[in-house]
Amino acid sequence: MLMKRPLLFSALVLTAAVLGLAGCQKTATDEIAVGEFASLTGKEATFGISSHEGTVLAVEEINAAGGVLGKKFKLLTEDNQSKAGESANAVNKLIAKDGVIAILGEVASSRSLEAAPICQSNKTPQISPSSTNPKVTETGDYIFRVCFIDPFQGTVMANFAKKTLKAQKVAVFTDVKSDYSKGLAKFFKEGFLKAGGQIVAELDYNGGDKDFKGQLTAIKSANPDGVFVPGYYTDAALICIQAKEVGLTVPMFGGDGWESDKLTEIGKEAVEGNYFSTHYSPDAGGEKGKAFVEAYKKRYKGKLPDAMAALGYDSALILADAIQRAGSTDGDKVRAMLAATKDFDAVTGKITINGQRDADKAAVILKVKDGKFAYVETVAP
Amino acid sequence: MDWFLQQLINGLALGAIYALIALGYTMVYGVLRFINFAHSDVLMLGAFSAFYLTPIIVPMLGAQTVWTALAVILLSAAICAVIGMTIEFLAYRPLRKRPRLTVLITAIGVSLFLEFTGQHEKVFGAATKPFPTLLPKRDLIFGALHISSNDLVVLALTAVLLVAMWFIVQRTKIGMAMRAVSYNEQAAALMGVNVNAVISFTFGLGSALAAVAGIFYAMRAPGIEPLMGVQPGLRAFIAAVLGGIGNLPGAALGGIVLGLLETFFGGMPGLSNYRDGIAFALLILILLFRPAGLLGKLQMEKV
Repeated sequence: MLMKRPLLFSALVLTAAVLGLAGCQKTATDEIAVGEFASLTGKEATFGISSHEGTVLAVEEINAAGGVLGKKFKLLTEDNQSKAGESANAVNKLIAKDGVIAILGEVASSRSLEAAPICQSNKTPQISPSSTNPKVTETGDYIFRVCFIDPFQGTVMANFAKKTLKAQKVAVFTDVKSDYSKGLAKFFKEGFLKAGGQIVAELDYNGGDKDFKGQLTAIKSANPDGVFVPGYYTDAALICIQAKEVGLTVPMFGGDGWESDKLTEIGKEAVEGNYFSTHYSPDAGGEKGKAFVEAYKKRYKGKLPDAMAALGYDSALILADAIQRAGSTDGDKVRAMLAATKDFDAVTGKITINGQRDADKAAVILKVKDGKFAYVETVAP
Repeated sequence: MDWFLQQLINGLALGAIYALIALGYTMVYGVLRFINFAHSDVLMLGAFSAFYLTPIIVPMLGAQTVWTALAVILLSAAICAVIGMTIEFLAYRPLRKRPRLTVLITAIGVSLFLEFTGQHEKVFGAATKPFPTLLPKRDLIFGALHISSNDLVVLALTAVLLVAMWFIVQRTKIGMAMRAVSYNEQAAALMGVNVNAVISFTFGLGSALAAVAGIFYAMRAPGIEPLMGVQPGLRAFIAAVLGGIGNLPGAALGGIVLGLLETFFGGMPGLSNYRDGIAFALLILILLFRPAGLLGKLQMEKV
């Protein structure tokens, strides 16, 4: 089973050609096998299912339009149950047993990082839809992503605070337990100082804390015009509630870790009027975006797509585009074409793959309004 | 000055909750001389009882009324009292004559059992659940000072409960029995005190207080999950030791001191990351000079 993939592929072609038996193999010659690993069950299942649904929709549309290079995509999906260790198994199986030509996945950076070395050593391109940790694509030249990375998001929020909110003095409230939060805070501070703003207070909390009033009172006494809270949705919601209770009423804003229905379920009226940056909004417009929202709603019984769904969709599209341009499913050629992707018109905006194999693309800012997330503006890189 | 008063109120409200939890630890220690580690998970069960009871009670007594809040708190306290007594009956009573370490390990087992059973999808699930708003919120504003009505309710009710506890322990027959068992279990039994009943009562009372504390805790931070009891439970245990374990006013004092320390250090820019480190370093210092705790009396171990 440790055959090199191109060899396996030629072996399959040979077998099929000589024996005329295409049906008994997983990969028929008129199909291109694409692997996907996702957290369909377990604690991050909501993210994984959204992403998977977007990918499935993209594959169905590609096939309905005649496929790529005259062949249909065959999507093979493995569930890693949101567990550490399972992604490596899933990806090993997809590459070695199913002979997939590329891997799509995952949402969580830690699990993308688990799969990346395997894809790299097998020379199988991997495209992560929504892992924002810079380390993911640093694994090697076969690893790509269709989302922006954390440093960019921090800078976006700094410019948004300075230009749109017209904040001059800002406080930063960081979750010191999370690399994601610390990274965002660092890049936000750099960006905000560069834009001519002032950081008046820097306080810390530990993710999972329930009492933030001590820190929030200190932030309030520094009189900021806004507070940057680069944490996850549960902590962010509790922070917004307790901020109101100590009389801190300035706008709060954060990153894509805020994007969850739980933010408004827990925070209720306390999170109203606050902002966060993310990858995509169904209201952001664009022809491609509108068509996607319609198609997604039709396919999934009226459900509105979220950022994970849009990124899952884009990851499949960008792979199809690269295979088309490569004129082959050979790993090296597809890799080269993925790296050369420029101004690809995707649902989440125009994607250009940069030298780090990350996507250069715009972020959107959303505002919490009436318990929903309303589109505010798009910020280009 | 505003800053100081604001932090004082924040710290007192947090400390009051620690005090309520610490009372449960200290009472059980008083009668049985062991630490009931499952106490923090009874707190979690109290919050979840309220979470599931509120939608049932709201149609009867109206949303966000005092009566609904009282009914939810009392019923949750009753449920947790039963749970506490059941835990004692099933897990601790059969081990009463065994070495104390055995019971201690069992308590840790019960605690982990409750936490991880609660995380199962068919029980509560691991995801954070939004806690319902029990009381309408009104902020009292004095200049730059903001006092949340929730914090005032927590402080007032805690004060009432502390007085009630003092009354039960010092002025009632069952309280006298509790003190007798705590002083000398065998002698109390010889005098006709039903030791098992007294221990059951102690667990019930402590668990009811934990349920109330859990609800207060969830009112301040309305996101509940099966591991929510771990942090406040640990702090309250330390508060009980700080005040002098086995000593009721000591537990209350320890809770308030810990709440204040945490809030004040948390509110210092540059130090907020070290708030627990500093708070606990101070505790170690206090215990170095007063090994029996702030209000505890040093007892010679009986041989």
